Amino acid sequence: MANPCIESAKLSKKYGSFVAVSDLNLRIEGSKCVGFLGPNGAGKTTTLKMFTDLIRPSSGEALINGFNVHTDKRKALASVGALIETPEIYPSLTPREALMMIAEIRGVPSTERSKRIEEAVSEVRLEEWMDKRVGKFSKGMKQRICIASALLSDPTILLLDEPTNGLDPRGMSEVRGIIKSLKSKKRLIFMSSHILSEVSEVCDEVAMIDHGKLIVYDTIPNVTAKFTGGENIVEVELQRPIDSELTIKKIAAIPSIVTAERKNDKNLTIRFNGGSDAQEKILSDLVKMNIGVISYRPASSELEDAYLKLITSTL
Amino acid sequence: MNETETISENKVPSSLTQVGITMKYTFLDYFRSRRFFILLTITLAISALLTFIVGYYRPASFLASNLSFYSGWWGNSTTFVVVLSGIFFGGDAISGEFQNKTGYFGIPNPIRRSSIYVGKWLAALVASTIILSVFTAITLGNGMYYFGSNVPYQFGESVLFAWFYLVAVLGFTFFFSSLFKSSSMSILVTAILFLFAFTLIETLIADLVQIEPWFILTYGGQIIGNVLKASYPPSTSVSSFGPGGQRTFITYNVTISEGLAIIGLYFVITAILGLVLFERKEFT
Repeated sequence: MANPCIESAKLSKKYGSFVAVSDLNLRIEGSKCVGFLGPNGAGKTTTLKMFTDLIRPSSGEALINGFNVHTDKRKALASVGALIETPEIYPSLTPREALMMIAEIRGVPSTERSKRIEEAVSEVRLEEWMDKRVGKFSKGMKQRICIASALLSDPTILLLDEPTNGLDPRGMSEVRGIIKSLKSKKRLIFMSSHILSEVSEVCDEVAMIDHGKLIVYDTIPNVTAKFTGGENIVEVELQRPIDSELTIKKIAAIPSIVTAERKNDKNLTIRFNGGSDAQEKILSDLVKMNIGVISYRPASSELEDAYLKLITSTL
Repeated sequence: MNETETISENKVPSSLTQVGITMKYTFLDYFRSRRFFILLTITLAISALLTFIVGYYRPASFLASNLSFYSGWWGNSTTFVVVLSGIFFGGDAISGEFQNKTGYFGIPNPIRRSSIYVGKWLAALVASTIILSVFTAITLGNGMYYFGSNVPYQFGESVLFAWFYLVAVLGFTFFFSSLFKSSSMSILVTAILFLFAFTLIETLIADLVQIEPWFILTYGGQIIGNVLKASYPPSTSVSSFGPGGQRTFITYNVTISEGLAIIGLYFVITAILGLVLFERKEFT
């Protein structure tokens, strides 16, 4: 199967004289998670709505796997799961019925429907509510059902508009876990979010938009490097306490690393030069040192710094 | 409409099948909704009231013949039941997708908007037909109590015309529902139009301007009652009044062919307009 791909070609949306999205050119291809960032009113949701037929472009094209969403919707959205804003479900239906409707519309084979629905509902932890009417559900519960509906057909592309919006902290954590697990299943995930730590945690790349224009699209390390004097920062979590200063010195000696600082017994902050290649090499060297690396991720504050500098510069 | 798309492992069904799926689940939602039971209760209340009035007061206008019975019972009340069904099931069918955000659940799927529109319309038609069938059954039950199984064929025609009228009313209410993004506004406007405005305009145009109101749907709907009259009223009747009969007054009655044409045209035009509006409307 070809790589999943979404592309906007000179995509614009105007409301009278107000330009919500302006000549957006963006092509995202392959299995990865891309965060879509920007301030309120930047055009994130408008862009996602144009990719899901909720609104029509004023000009340009929204393409999914090469199919135009507005002229060839059935083909374009056949392999897409989407969650835009907080959808409502027909109140008299139960989650099982609402998901069955989506499964039937999407052509999930009849022999697999019940199993897939149970798996999807289990993933969002609403098994007990499976046969209760949706009308009585809280906003967070409805959001979970909608996430389940986006996952139901095992889509290769997921378009998510602030997917953790309306969820409690546990729900947010669970949704992040779901997104991470989907990354390992070779999916293309394009998600908007205001929570930069969330984007740092789950995304490989970011696209930033402001005033309807694309400002940057690159890997998180490359984006942060541009705004931190060429240095990137990763946070490393270890399973065992670091035994000596010698280990710190050995880590600091790894090529590309500028500094390695101990935050506490099991956490390090590493500053390094270079992009994702350097980041990958450092991780590989750390693993070879057998110091018990259990987590390795870009520092969220770096992305925040980059975000604030980029957005401020366009004000 | 019979094409299928195979992009991922799932085979997206044809648009026609998706219409059926949308209809099935929308009907389930309607059937369990409070509004279905409210409408059923209103229909049963109208039937109970008529049963009591005819049974207790034995009005001659009802009991003179089997045709006059069905004319009095069915001819005077059916349009009200039909219009209420249209308002209850069609008034906010499309606007609700925007205001209640249910559209955000269905639209971002590989399904044409027209399939959603038609599926919802069919669900409303099935739900309304159930209500109309209940009223028809009670009418028949009472008619057979008083006149035995001798049911005039005109009643069958009238039931058919009432169903055609229902089809057009639902087409119209869906069209109006597509015009608005507010559910309450679309229900209110539709109710005002059918319960007051159309009748008022029809009366003003026919009585004051003396023009046949062939462009009003409720005028076309008069065939439901007219067909049950002992002799079908003439398309125009002129009466004179004033000193020496100098002034004349024309009363218009829609003919069956005119009525069917008005009903059919209303359905076709409003269905097309409603579909176009829903296709173009944006979830902003």
